[in-house]
Amino acid sequence: MTTVTTSPVLFDCRDAFASTVQELAEADDRIVVLCGDSVGSSKLVEFKRRFPDRLINVGIAEQTLVGVAAGLANEGKRPIVSAASCFVTARALEQIKVDLAYTNARVTICGMSPGVAYGELGPTHHSIEDIAWLRAIDNMVVLVPADPRETEQAVRAAVEHDGPAFVRVSRMGVPEVYADDYEFRIGKACRLGEGSDVTVVANGTMVARALGAARLLAARGIACRVVSMPTVTPLDIDEIRAAAEETGAIVTVEEHSVRGGLGGAVAETVVSRCPVPMRIMGFPGFLPTGPATWLLEHFGLTAQGISEAAAELTDRKR
Amino acid sequence: MTAIAGHALPVGRVDPGLPTEERARLLSQAARAIRRRDLQMVKAAGLGHIGGDFSSADIVAVLLLAVLNIDPSRPKLADRDRFVMSKGHSSGVLYATLAAAGFFSPALLEQYMTPLSPLSGHPDARKVPGVEASTGTLGHGLPIAVGMAIAGDLDRSARRTFCLVGDGELQEGSNWEALMVAAHRGLERLTVIVDRNGLQQGATTEETSRLEPLADRARAFGWAVSEVDGHDYGALLRLFEGLPVVAGRPSFVIAHTHKGYPVSFMLDRVEWHHKIPSAAQVEAALEELS
Repeated sequence: MTTVTTSPVLFDCRDAFASTVQELAEADDRIVVLCGDSVGSSKLVEFKRRFPDRLINVGIAEQTLVGVAAGLANEGKRPIVSAASCFVTARALEQIKVDLAYTNARVTICGMSPGVAYGELGPTHHSIEDIAWLRAIDNMVVLVPADPRETEQAVRAAVEHDGPAFVRVSRMGVPEVYADDYEFRIGKACRLGEGSDVTVVANGTMVARALGAARLLAARGIACRVVSMPTVTPLDIDEIRAAAEETGAIVTVEEHSVRGGLGGAVAETVVSRCPVPMRIMGFPGFLPTGPATWLLEHFGLTAQGISEAAAELTDRKR
Repeated sequence: MTAIAGHALPVGRVDPGLPTEERARLLSQAARAIRRRDLQMVKAAGLGHIGGDFSSADIVAVLLLAVLNIDPSRPKLADRDRFVMSKGHSSGVLYATLAAAGFFSPALLEQYMTPLSPLSGHPDARKVPGVEASTGTLGHGLPIAVGMAIAGDLDRSARRTFCLVGDGELQEGSNWEALMVAAHRGLERLTVIVDRNGLQQGATTEETSRLEPLADRARAFGWAVSEVDGHDYGALLRLFEGLPVVAGRPSFVIAHTHKGYPVSFMLDRVEWHHKIPSAAQVEAALEELS
């Protein structure tokens, strides 16, 4: 179990992304970064200044963005694609399937500003289906880091991975949730709090809220385990099985649709290997307009909301 | 597969030192053999796209057997020229030509689309030597080829990238995104060849969603355009050996072709997009190709 050091300061994980890709590019001249117009919103201005030839901006053209990345990977480059998650996953889904996953191209896609980061901009800009889409594709590694430290390590691991990977890079502010000695590994969950009554499995922006829920539950005498699940594919099945067997009830929570994301992945494992009561928390469908934090509160994706769901599930178990 | 007997595929590339006329003669012989072999593959599989195979057969043969700087015995050689077959449904002619070039044994062609075969209905770059990109979904090959050409520039390499697209395929918007990127970056070592047979699955391209004026459109996108008879080996050789069409720009070659060429009962007939010939039609076509 890792020490939890939830900080009061909130961080934009794009900053960790931006500094990491510069470090990667310094160390390896095969690294190239691709974007579709979004130099500023991907925080790539400094990268462009330092590595002008290795920042390939194809304009507003997601299909070609991913296709060009595949071509570069075929030639031995290590492309990192940075684009708004809602557009790159949906518009270029077939390129991701065929040109990257089927071909096993070593391309890292960084889905920027995912979930409801663009809350006020409405459902066209909400990215709450991206994980479900990508999870359905064979041979795609799907990563949803929770804080700057994990974002940096996830980007590095994705680039090192011998195949395509997707990293969701949060724009919505998150506190640091991992200690300095945390080591991210693809496919490994991280237990952030022990408990025997119920488990909350979370990733991305929901990890800090899950930790808050555990504190609220502790005050009510419910011992809640908190599992951070940054890798949605391949899922850490052992950790899910342990949660089911040792706590008997699982709540999943994610900044994503309730259909087919982390909750879907955990449920597939639970029903087939270790059936226990579950509750999948997330967004129900197309969302109204509103600031990101307002949307999270509106749909109960808060420490309070998670704690209530976990308490109900614990009662049901009893 | 007894029909193969007597129609053996010649294996080997055309000697680049020979005069153009002699190379054209050898390519015409090879392309006839490739078409015969492809016809038998499609008949045996009961699947395939013979019409588009035959319209592109001469272009593919000229590239793989004569123009590309490649060594089939070393398919991953660093500075080889790259060929992306974006119209992946013409896999039959691609496989037969790769075998003729020497990338793998012609015996493998007997496995075309059989269970567990590496030779799927659409080419898989991970399974077939000489296939540079997995294609089949239309509009994917050109963006990949643009990425490959950008990599060549980053590597300061003289290697060239060729991408063969179907004409109907140009209705996919991703191609036009890629055309913009290539022109913007002045990728002069990139050449796109359009197999302009004028037909797509159910009708002509012009009846379906008009492509003309295609040359003007490509020019307007910043490409240097050249038009050629896609069944004239000498003309294809001279054009490819004179690339780029204009220095500093990518080349857009409109190769005028005929679906089903040169089989009389297939020629320019839309139903031969993916019709499977009867035994009698196979015999008749083989006779015409002998």
